[in-house]
Amino acid sequence: MIDILLRSAPDWALAHAAPLLVMVPLVLAPVLALVPSGRIAWFISIAGTFASLIFSLILLAIVQAPETSGVVSYAIGNWLPPLGIEFRVDALNAMILVLVSAMGVLASVMSYPTVVAEIPKEKTSLFYSAFLACFAGLCGVAITGDAFNLFVFLEISSLSTYVLVALGASRDRRALPAAFNYLVMGTIGATFFIIGVGFLYAATGTLNMADIASKLPDLTGSRTVQAGFAFIIVGLGLKAAMWPLHQWLPNAYSYSPSFVTMFLSATATKVALYAMIRFLFTVFSPRFAFEQAAFNAMLMPLGIAAMIACSFQAVFQTDVRRMLAYSSVAQVGYMILGVSIGTVAGLSAGLFHLLNHAMIKGALFMAVAAVVLTYKGTNIRDFAGLGRSAPWTMTAFAIAGLSLIGVPLTAGFQSKLQLGYALFEQGWWWAVILVVFSSFLAVIYVGRILEAVFFQPPVNPRKTRKEAPIVLLVPLWILALANIYFGITTEIPLGLARDAALAAFGPGMFR
Amino acid sequence: MNDDHHVILRVVSKMLIPVIVMFAFYTQFHGDFGPGGGFQAGIIFAVGVILYALVFGVPSAMRAVPPVFTRALAAIGVLLYSGVGYWALLQGGNFLEYQALFQEPPGKHKGQHIGILLIELGVLFAVAGAMLTIFYAFAGRVAEIRDKDW
Repeated sequence: MIDILLRSAPDWALAHAAPLLVMVPLVLAPVLALVPSGRIAWFISIAGTFASLIFSLILLAIVQAPETSGVVSYAIGNWLPPLGIEFRVDALNAMILVLVSAMGVLASVMSYPTVVAEIPKEKTSLFYSAFLACFAGLCGVAITGDAFNLFVFLEISSLSTYVLVALGASRDRRALPAAFNYLVMGTIGATFFIIGVGFLYAATGTLNMADIASKLPDLTGSRTVQAGFAFIIVGLGLKAAMWPLHQWLPNAYSYSPSFVTMFLSATATKVALYAMIRFLFTVFSPRFAFEQAAFNAMLMPLGIAAMIACSFQAVFQTDVRRMLAYSSVAQVGYMILGVSIGTVAGLSAGLFHLLNHAMIKGALFMAVAAVVLTYKGTNIRDFAGLGRSAPWTMTAFAIAGLSLIGVPLTAGFQSKLQLGYALFEQGWWWAVILVVFSSFLAVIYVGRILEAVFFQPPVNPRKTRKEAPIVLLVPLWILALANIYFGITTEIPLGLARDAALAAFGPGMFR
Repeated sequence: MNDDHHVILRVVSKMLIPVIVMFAFYTQFHGDFGPGGGFQAGIIFAVGVILYALVFGVPSAMRAVPPVFTRALAAIGVLLYSGVGYWALLQGGNFLEYQALFQEPPGKHKGQHIGILLIELGVLFAVAGAMLTIFYAFAGRVAEIRDKDW
């Protein structure tokens, strides 16, 4: 497949895939602000995200092809790095880019029916404009090799995310405080990040991440560098919803338009986590004593606490979207736990879970969007009896739910298995027990929904057979089948995650 | 008997607004040679219109500079900026490479000059449009529940 893509792509696409990946959606966003019709906006946003998907696949192919160096470096404006802004793609962010753009395509395909139902008509094309800006920002965060540029793209994506969340207000007014809360927390996170980058700039005199990485080993004793490290981890932790910095997430996920919830849960926290991994492993290094201390004393306990505490919180929720939102924080805990092991095996388990969780939560929130569209409720009681009236939607929901628990033959099982291997390798058997315990909590909260869906009579017996529209069902089933497929053969995602983990440790490890 | 208390304000601001807008463009084009540039110029330009809205009322400002226009202005600014990037791509250079705009050899500066001028113009449009859109969004907001309906 790599060969076909590399041979069929034209030269300009091979040479300029990196900037086009970000700039095509970013230039379509203002165009959409000028387009009056929502339907045209929908088509354009599908086209924009699809173009990004093609470019990200090309980048992945170039990076993975055996004859290349494994790194694509693009100098914006031909100002050579480290002075100019560099777009730098290696196996780690190529994987993230493919994930984000594939999720962007699926999300924008399914979006139209839910957007028509939930967004005022005159705001539809502006809504899509904000969506494309958010998408371009997320791709930009993943692709850039410049620490300050990363901040700029982080803000592009965050600012448009606040708008997207706030647009849930026409369905539920509580979206407005949720968006404001998110704005305050997100801005604090971005500020902390930029303060940290400022410290690093003060210590090293450069903003290019690879250049910072080459200068840091001599400066590990410097308080400036250590303070910068702390600021960056806390700032990106806020964006990635690392426990206990996740307070913005449950509200933002439960009150935003259902399409936005689906897209954000599959991409936004993942990209923030990617940025954190990039700083932890490529810019800084686990060899530094202070980073090892941070792994053991901060990231590992916080990851475990997220896993346990937020799974408990999820058990007691009555709103399905809130329950899934708490479960998202718990799943971020698994990834952080994998990262905090600090080995290649641990990091690849974390990244593998990142991929799988994007598919799981994407499918779950997509099914919830279908229910919101046809039945207007997100309470567990509203889900009662839906297994009979919307069997296709709910079967896909059940598959993703089982994958979230980690039932064998699903993707969720494979990633927990890898996490378990990495933990055993390190001798942290007690952490394995906690992972299993947290999975049992997942059985309880997913089981509560599935029990209502399949075994309870409908609250309103007149609810007849009412399936979601086909544009929603197709992406939903693509994700559900992907969950099963990658649960049986893990070759592709696990290979990607391994290469990504190796690339995170620096270009020398990958090739 | 004229009961308008703001005669002086109106007269003075009528005199000042053209000067403010002219200063905005001075800042814009001075950006080539010294301090200044699109961002500051956009803010100053927007301040001219905002002053007009403060003194003469938001409705008349919205008649002079309609909200649809400010929103389009912001979008066009971004398009102009990225358009220069795509132009450089079409000419065979890297994204936003000014030197490639006219396919000049090193040492010639026409592309650099035109490139930064257009980019700064894009910034001017985007900043002025966004500032005015934000101002209209706040100033033109009507309370959803009137006070006497509580």
